[in-house]
Amino acid sequence: MQIQSMHFRARARKALADEKLQSVMQRFGSGFVEKRAAARAELGVELFETLRTVGADIRDRSLASLDVWLRRFEEEAGRRGATVLWAEDGAEVRKLVLEIAARHGLKKAIKSKSMVSEEAGLNEALEANGVTPIETDLGEYIIQLAKEPPSHIIAPAIHKDLQQVSDLFMKHHQRPRLEDIGELTREARLMLREHFLSADLGISGGNFLIAETGSVAIVTNEGNGRMVTTLPKVHVAITGIEKVIPTLEDFASLMRILPRSATGQAISNYVSLLTGPRAATDRDGAEHMYFILVDGGRTELVGSDMQEMLRCIRCGACMNHCPVYQTVGGHAYGWVYPGPMGSVLTPVYNGIENALDLPQAATLCGACHVACPVKIPLPELLRKLREKQMQAKLRPWSERAGLRAWAFAARRPRLYALLTRIAARAMKLMGGAKGSISRLPLGSGWTLGREMPAPEGRTFRELYAARRRRGA
Amino acid sequence: MRVGLFVTCLVDLMRPRIGFAALKLLEHAGCEVIVPPTQTCCGQPGWNCGERGSARALAEKLIGEFETCDYLVAPSGSCAGMIKTHYQDLFEGEGAWLARVDALAAKTYELTDFLVNVAHVEQVPGAFSGRITYHDSCSGLRELGVKAQPRTLLARMPGVQLEEMKDCEVCCGFGGTFSVKFGEISAAMAQTKCANVAATGAEAVVLGDLGCMLNIEGRLRRRGDAHTRVLHVAEVLAAEG
Repeated sequence: MQIQSMHFRARARKALADEKLQSVMQRFGSGFVEKRAAARAELGVELFETLRTVGADIRDRSLASLDVWLRRFEEEAGRRGATVLWAEDGAEVRKLVLEIAARHGLKKAIKSKSMVSEEAGLNEALEANGVTPIETDLGEYIIQLAKEPPSHIIAPAIHKDLQQVSDLFMKHHQRPRLEDIGELTREARLMLREHFLSADLGISGGNFLIAETGSVAIVTNEGNGRMVTTLPKVHVAITGIEKVIPTLEDFASLMRILPRSATGQAISNYVSLLTGPRAATDRDGAEHMYFILVDGGRTELVGSDMQEMLRCIRCGACMNHCPVYQTVGGHAYGWVYPGPMGSVLTPVYNGIENALDLPQAATLCGACHVACPVKIPLPELLRKLREKQMQAKLRPWSERAGLRAWAFAARRPRLYALLTRIAARAMKLMGGAKGSISRLPLGSGWTLGREMPAPEGRTFRELYAARRRRGA
Repeated sequence: MRVGLFVTCLVDLMRPRIGFAALKLLEHAGCEVIVPPTQTCCGQPGWNCGERGSARALAEKLIGEFETCDYLVAPSGSCAGMIKTHYQDLFEGEGAWLARVDALAAKTYELTDFLVNVAHVEQVPGAFSGRITYHDSCSGLRELGVKAQPRTLLARMPGVQLEEMKDCEVCCGFGGTFSVKFGEISAAMAQTKCANVAATGAEAVVLGDLGCMLNIEGRLRRRGDAHTRVLHVAEVLAAEG
């Protein structure tokens, strides 16, 4: 997918001015947060927090021997008749899928959600090469009709309201306009049914890869994942190499925390474990099963100071709890992954120079860190990226100069006292009778949408010194 | 016990009265309060912006100023959080410094946390009456676990009626330099906070950090709300009737 993250500022501004989006975001706002909180309370806060620690440990253990578990996965999957292919980047993913399509003469692909295929821009490549891709996750289906990228990793069409979906369906389905969610869903199901039955290629993502059995785990709520992986002749599962975990027991532990963190469900409607293609005794399943395991910048993180990011199990809790994401929506971030995890992944996978705003566009409030089911220290990773920007001289000279000037003065108490006395008096004057400043010369970003309350006029240190002199 | 009061750079410049309120509360709790006269800034701006050198220089200065006190107390969760949870990072691998950092971190407290959990105060000196709502500042809440402490103290004031707002734990949009770099997003977040404050019908929003205070007050005033007061919890607890 073409990266647009360098335009974050403009895209965020557009999102803030978009009244429809703002009202959708406001309504969605607390939904996932409340559901997660309820699921956490129901399970018991203490157990939930223990599971977060367990989750982080499992992911760290997997990543510590990533090469070992990937080799084991390849062996086990191969032993059960699946083919494991490796892709360095998105271009290789596209090439491999097209080769598979050509080898088996495949013409129509049904897809269940795969963010890695978004990374690779797979749909465009399929279309350009005579394979029709149909997204079958309802949200993905909606945004495919709208020709838009997802704005949330588990709720890709969260930015669309009912009216917009009604319009889209009427236009593309050529049927009377519907305004009832149930009816709209039934219509989508009707349309998709024909595709499910006629497709010869099924493309899925993968929530986890289980090394000891060579299986892929797919966690969904709509059942489309089962159709995609079992009806067509060929199934291709595309996922990142970091998704591997050692055992089924690890999978069971992670499943206690994944749906609860994502949608607030104790368990998702469907949990599928797919192991090898259809065997002679099986009644259904794909005849050919392929895995495409994608690097796409992930190995760069292994052993680095950003490795914790690879723990991510793609639940979306960080963006659900992020007040910046809630304010600007997912499209502002300009690539596949939005919110806090996106603000880390986008620069580390695409080069920090291509997403300079993202690590800065955070208040470091920590809501993502405490919500993360695998305890990724997202604010600290964002801060580290800021440090890397600074070291690579990618920040405006004025910012570095300002910070250094501040530190220079703050290290010299006498100079600092003088400057703050002047500032306190000047700002008080600027505030006038109103007691607040409406335009700050060096802080127009602040005064654009707020007053700057005026200071009292004298600094604490001078008042305190005066009081001491009076002997109070 | 000798308590070093770190007033913080924002209180020093913008709201000295909060520094004096903190002083009054600590003295009332029976502490011998030291105010190191050379204190300035904890280094958080440099740290958050990735300018490690600036943060490190100011951290060294602050450690020297406060390490002889029994405790360091700040009327700010964000500055106390900087010292308590981030200073270690600035001195990674430097044994001698780390020992000093760890010693200081262990005795550093946010004001209300100190009053409740160290000084065990039973009474607060102020008298305040009115309907308030409390905004939980991010660093205090999530880095230091400051949540019940201010409420416990406010509950000791018979005139205070606390009305919790929706999303009291959600960031107000300040975020240090974020508020200037992304002023529009920041102001939109502040607006959400102000709407939640207004919905409680409280006459004052009370909080524990200057950044949030300036942000919320600035947005309220810009929106034409001249009467909702924005108060630091120290001001309320030490209020003169």
